[in-house]
Amino acid sequence: MTAHASPIGPGPTGPGPTAPPPAPPAVSPLRLVATLGISGALAGLLLVSVHRVTEPVIAAHKQRVLEDAVLEVLAGPTSYRTLYLVDGAFTPDLPAGADPRTLDTVYAGLGDDGARLDGFAIPASKPGFQDKVSLLFGWEPKDGTVRAIRVLESRETPGLGDRIEKDPAFAAGFVGRTTPLVGVKAGRGTGAPSEVDMITGATISSRTVIDAIDTTLARLRPALDAYAAEAAR
Amino acid sequence: MSTDARLLVTAAPHVRSADSTPRIMWTVVATLVPLLAAGAWWFGPGALLVVAAAVVGAVVPEHLFGRRGALGDGSAAITGLLLGLTLPPGFPLWMACLGGAFAIVAGKLVFGGLGQNVFNPALVGRAFLQAAFPVAITTWPAPAADWSAFRGDLLALPLTSPAADTVTAATPLGLMKFEHTGTALLDLAIGRTGGCIGETSALLILACGVLLALKRYLDWRIPAAVFASTALLSGVLHAVDARYPGPLFMLFSGGLVLGAVYMATDMVTSPVTRRGAWIFGAGIGALVVVIRVWGGLAEGVMYAILLMNALVPFINRATQPRVFGQRPREATS
Amino acid sequence: MKETTAREDLLRGIWRENPVLVQMLGLCPTLAVTNSVANSLAMGIATAFVLLGSSVLVASVKRLVPGEVRISAYVLIIATFVTVADMALEALAPGIHKALGAFIALIVVNCIILGRQEAFASKRPVGRAALDALGTGAGFVIALVLMGSVREVLGSGSFLGHPLFGAHYEPWVVMILPPGGFLTLGSILIALSWLRRRRAAAAGEARS
Repeated sequence: MTAHASPIGPGPTGPGPTAPPPAPPAVSPLRLVATLGISGALAGLLLVSVHRVTEPVIAAHKQRVLEDAVLEVLAGPTSYRTLYLVDGAFTPDLPAGADPRTLDTVYAGLGDDGARLDGFAIPASKPGFQDKVSLLFGWEPKDGTVRAIRVLESRETPGLGDRIEKDPAFAAGFVGRTTPLVGVKAGRGTGAPSEVDMITGATISSRTVIDAIDTTLARLRPALDAYAAEAAR
Repeated sequence: MSTDARLLVTAAPHVRSADSTPRIMWTVVATLVPLLAAGAWWFGPGALLVVAAAVVGAVVPEHLFGRRGALGDGSAAITGLLLGLTLPPGFPLWMACLGGAFAIVAGKLVFGGLGQNVFNPALVGRAFLQAAFPVAITTWPAPAADWSAFRGDLLALPLTSPAADTVTAATPLGLMKFEHTGTALLDLAIGRTGGCIGETSALLILACGVLLALKRYLDWRIPAAVFASTALLSGVLHAVDARYPGPLFMLFSGGLVLGAVYMATDMVTSPVTRRGAWIFGAGIGALVVVIRVWGGLAEGVMYAILLMNALVPFINRATQPRVFGQRPREATS
Repeated sequence: MKETTAREDLLRGIWRENPVLVQMLGLCPTLAVTNSVANSLAMGIATAFVLLGSSVLVASVKRLVPGEVRISAYVLIIATFVTVADMALEALAPGIHKALGAFIALIVVNCIILGRQEAFASKRPVGRAALDALGTGAGFVIALVLMGSVREVLGSGSFLGHPLFGAHYEPWVVMILPPGGFLTLGSILIALSWLRRRRAAAAGEARS
């Protein structure tokens, strides 16, 4: 075997050029269609069977992730009920034919007796420094305070903006604060109950989280208050 | 048979000037000395250590991997100096050193050395540091009571992170962007503000720039175009909506003056034609305003210059002077 | 067509004709998902699985598929295996599946896989095709893990999630961002090219 001419790459890879073998006498178009049709059908069959096995596992995992997050931000209740915003009011019943993904959804915490309303877990999202930031926050309807927050998805700068997701101190800064929130530089606040410390060097990402909570609440608050008043009676 | 000098025929060039690459480069180094002094005056002697670390980081790989004698032309020293001047005064020394090495290796040597690089090496180094250590490079130590004390995290051990308890002060651009407060123009002009070591004293940089322009070591059209387009664009924006900062603030804050005078005019990475120089400078000014006003970052000079560096080959081609006697259509083909 | 030994078929793809480091194929996943060792490993194994499955299948059905539609048939086979890998990974390792995002689905257009089908599997016996796929797949895994190790160690100060340097390490954030992929690949290629040149020079001296 001779040495390769090029100092960096070797010669052509694989055996020989990629030309197809000498064309056999014309194949009937019917056979071409049949070949592709049969292989397509076989592939489809295989995919359907794999999907049937994996789908329940995937769905269960997603459900568990959501459940964990909801119960974490509710900080207390051990069960919750999903509510949909239909015609300006929250209802646990999904109207017939409606796609739950197109409706505003919140999760109402259920107290120890399993019936008493104990806080809401509310999803919120807003474009951040790089991409959409999605989060879930727990909210107390009685005095309008935040119970806890958890950032579910973000693509902020590693080491800087991603601290909204990874730095527990940032999330802890929201606990017990009164909405609407106001972001302040760390250590520069006046001690007002609505102030949240922002992360030094990640002002935009911090503000995204605060704004997402404020705008979502501003939009949903009438319906949330109405539901809470109804539940209290 | 003796050769008569009058009969000797040689190839062009026939006109010689006393200028050579080392002479130009070392003159530029000399004009940077006042900036260094100003940096030490405002930020304490620790600032000099940062610049020295960047210079060491740049010079060593140039000596190890560059052409023999490449060190003597002074270009690596300039790269290190300029990089050092664009760093915060309390920047950890090991990071400054790493940035200098990256500037020379990835910004210059991989392209084939002086004259072959597409991007300004000092800015390549700074872009790397900005991406690698985003927290350290935006930490501006507050002026300490003791002027001669080392500030910030200067002496952080190599590979370790700076201590978290530095007292910080915002730059004028940061104040404008995130807190909507201005800074007195006089402070901006003489440099009594937070910022990078060499970027704050706008008037001093301008004076050095005029000196270099008079010696024809830099093309005055480039900084002139940068200033004009920045002032024009921010002036229009300010007139439309007074929330946007005015042209004077835009000109004298951040690294605009330093970038326009010392970085954009780099002979290797700026256009060779006069028309090209105007286009190049105007593009930088426009990008700076766009990034500062609408971007996520407070400062945009570095990215503006790097982006325009990438366009230089196209600017050069588009602004080729017409050969005498040729019709425009033919000239472009 | 030059005949090769089985040993050669297996070993070729691992180093001498490494798909990434020598042939410069499959650069998109190499640059995009190698910001940690775990991601690199998962991506490499998923790709190797698809490569092995498709090579074996293509080699077994090569006489049944007419030449006119062979590319469509290959793509169909590859896409099937990719979808299986995608669903399996989502069920087994949801965290990694989320981190890799669309890049698992994009294995379909990884030119390493289609290249091996067209250049090798469609012309050789099933056993040889399997050996070739194993070698090439291993070469891809090696290249990705090499990239992932450099980037995770510098960019996060950890290896497979275990911190290496203690709490005071300052991570080079750039290495886990997209530019870090290019910097790492470039540096690895410079080092390999330097090594190869040195070896070639040594071989030349020995011969003369």
